[in-house]
Amino acid sequence: MGRVVMAGLIGIVFGMGIAISGMINPAKVLNFFDIAGNWDPSLAFVMAGALAVTAIGYRFVLARPRPILDTRFHLPTRRTIDVPLIAGSALFGIGWGITGFCPGGAIPALGLGESSAWIFVAAMAVGMALARLARSVLDPRTPKTA
Amino acid sequence: MLTEFTPLPALAGGMLIGLSAVLLMAFHGRIAGMTGILAGALRPIAGDWGWRAAFLVGAIIAPVLVLAVSGQAVSFTNIVPVPLLIVGGIVVGIGVSFGGGCTSGHGVCGIARLSSRSIVATATFMLAAFATVYVARHVLGAF
Repeated sequence: MGRVVMAGLIGIVFGMGIAISGMINPAKVLNFFDIAGNWDPSLAFVMAGALAVTAIGYRFVLARPRPILDTRFHLPTRRTIDVPLIAGSALFGIGWGITGFCPGGAIPALGLGESSAWIFVAAMAVGMALARLARSVLDPRTPKTA
Repeated sequence: MLTEFTPLPALAGGMLIGLSAVLLMAFHGRIAGMTGILAGALRPIAGDWGWRAAFLVGAIIAPVLVLAVSGQAVSFTNIVPVPLLIVGGIVVGIGVSFGGGCTSGHGVCGIARLSSRSIVATATFMLAAFATVYVARHVLGAF
């Protein structure tokens, strides 16, 4: 129970960060990517702030023997730079550039009651299901997405 | 449409995103990547679902709390027509599944751990997004 409540509180911190930073606003995201047009560099500051805190915080947290509410750290173990990583990331970037929505921005945007966010997230869930289907057909032993 | 350059809210919000990533690792030992958390929640495994659902619910109610606390509406403007939202959403869903993460997972948590996979993934999706917006806006003249 404590795990669930704490995750909810941490989710609130995440969503507030997304909302306050402007990452929730697809028009702002698209303008970040539009260097040749109405460039809005704000999102570089979002990344810088998030990365600085995470990089420093992780050093202390990951030095501990285990997390407070779990028996171990669940860290990705794969090291290979492979085709799915690069092709998938390129596809994500294309979709992000078409819409201005990424998963971390779109989920909190659901709370604004904006229909465009709901349409995007529904389509994204379809995409995730299609990918899972494709993976299970291509390789039944493929591990699940980290 | 124009958006205003807002470095201070961007930095403060970014630091909150970072704080949530640190807290989720400290308490749950988990990467705060929206792709991974959402994928796991959509495919429930007993004992592993509750924290994911709670994180998502927290993230969804957060903008309402920001409004309640600050009294200011959260800026949001969608300029993309619905058919493109659907196509783009499906493309994002497929992409983050095969790429194993998105901006929060690879771009924040992964780079903070100096993961080479995450650094390559982030460089790839950022470049792809810059190129896509350039083509969409300045070659095709869309939105």
